[in-house]
Amino acid sequence: MSIIEVNNLTKYYGKARGIVDVSFNVEEGEIFGFIGPNGAGKSTTIRLFCSLIYPSSGEAKIFGKDCIKYGPEIRQDIGYLPSEVFYYEGMKVLELLKYSASFYKKDCTERIYELSDLMELDLKRRIDDLSYGNKKKVGIVQGLLHEPKLLFLDEPTSGLDPLMQQKFFNLIKEENKRGATVFFSSHILGVVQKMCSRVAIIKEGSIVDIQDIQTLQRENYKKIHVVAEGIDEKVFDIPGVIKLEKENGAVNFFYKGDINLITKLISEKKISDVTIEAPTLEEIFIHYYE
Amino acid sequence: MNIFKHEFKSYLKSVGIWSVSIFLIILIYLSVFSSISTDIETLNEMMASFPEELLIAFGMTEMDLSSILGMYGLVFLFCQICLAIQASNYGFSLVSIEERELTADFLLAKPVRRGEILTAKLLAAIASLTITNLMVWVSSFLVIGMLNDGLPSETKPLIMLLLSIVLFQMFFLAVGMLISLLMKRVRSVTPLSMALAFGMYVLSAFGGMLGDDTLEVISPFKHFEPNYIIKNAAYDTPLVLISVVTILIAIPASYLLYSKRNIHTAV
Repeated sequence: MSIIEVNNLTKYYGKARGIVDVSFNVEEGEIFGFIGPNGAGKSTTIRLFCSLIYPSSGEAKIFGKDCIKYGPEIRQDIGYLPSEVFYYEGMKVLELLKYSASFYKKDCTERIYELSDLMELDLKRRIDDLSYGNKKKVGIVQGLLHEPKLLFLDEPTSGLDPLMQQKFFNLIKEENKRGATVFFSSHILGVVQKMCSRVAIIKEGSIVDIQDIQTLQRENYKKIHVVAEGIDEKVFDIPGVIKLEKENGAVNFFYKGDINLITKLISEKKISDVTIEAPTLEEIFIHYYE
Repeated sequence: MNIFKHEFKSYLKSVGIWSVSIFLIILIYLSVFSSISTDIETLNEMMASFPEELLIAFGMTEMDLSSILGMYGLVFLFCQICLAIQASNYGFSLVSIEERELTADFLLAKPVRRGEILTAKLLAAIASLTITNLMVWVSSFLVIGMLNDGLPSETKPLIMLLLSIVLFQMFFLAVGMLISLLMKRVRSVTPLSMALAFGMYVLSAFGGMLGDDTLEVISPFKHFEPNYIIKNAAYDTPLVLISVVTILIAIPASYLLYSKRNIHTAV
């Protein structure tokens, strides 16, 4: 069963575009990446799922149920980490987490302490006094404390230092192993690449592509870097090669096609170094951003 | 219940401040009036020296300053202004505070219906206003009893006046809430609640001055005019009904608007 089913979902804010005719499915147990530049409609999509805003047309089903009609019921099993976290001023971290827990049918006390321990969050401090990164941690614990079946993460890593990011990724992977489906929005492709099995690219409110990350990298261009004295880059100018450049005695290009053809070409030259690697998502998708 | 508790807690400080302020207003003004009223002649001279427009504006033309209740009527008007500002504040910020401080994304993503949220918030605000209301009762009886050596023999007008507070507060709470939901974004609450409270006061006061009674009928300051209630020991029923109807329209309309509302982000 698809955990999220989106059919022709459209949202206009008055005349301003939110998202237009967005359709996709997210399957159970997936970590689904949702990437696109700022203002592409990532937050709009997630906020529609949480019925913070209502669609202009189309529908979204979560756990097979309409996300507006059955909103309260569905949200029992959803964890949401907003991109901007601000919480009731004057409240202490623990108070807020307990308030958050009071909305769910299960006892979350143990999980609050577990998660705060893991994220090194001081429960006794007032939220107003926290730095942006620490507020983000409150958001993370708040979104996970009820062991949700579905997680919406909207730009979850901004504000976290690399060490915390790593801890956070591990935490999400654990949640995923436990069975949680994760919907992960970000404009940082590297982050999505590390975590997700599939990824949708949204641009100016519309989905431009949905791809499996592994096939994407396997069946896509290879990034090739050849270092050799006095090499003429023209020898590599065969069908399937793009972005052929020579720089400081090294040749860089992307190649898509029979890999034997290119290795044969390389082996005919006297070279000092060669690297063949899968391009990063950035390199694959950079044209979506342009 | 959890939302109610959370909301109610956040009101406590404000309720304390308003209650103390109202107590002080009653105590100070009533003491001053009662001390000058021993010399009725001077008082009348003083009143006569004021321009008539001013007296009308403050509803002092029909005031009977020879009795403690007459004086209390004027003091109660000051209380009404405070109560109007407080109730408007609560009304305007009821829903909008969550959007301004971005906590709406937290609260509305929880497994609760919007209607439940609004009910809990509304009840918390009403509970807080009721505490303030009770403090007005206590302060009034206390101060009047103190200055008058026991309560006046005729307490019915006083009780009628104090009973009117409930509807008076509900009017500003409900109207404030409705206006905030009609607005796309409420950036700051205080100017709005000041405008609503003083606007209504001015309508009632200047309506009297200009002798134009078409606009003043929408003002709760007119519906629950202290002088009228004290003099007649009764309400002006048709006017009171206008308040009641306004409340009965504003609350369901707010529920409807809130259930359909798109929650905007701050950016």
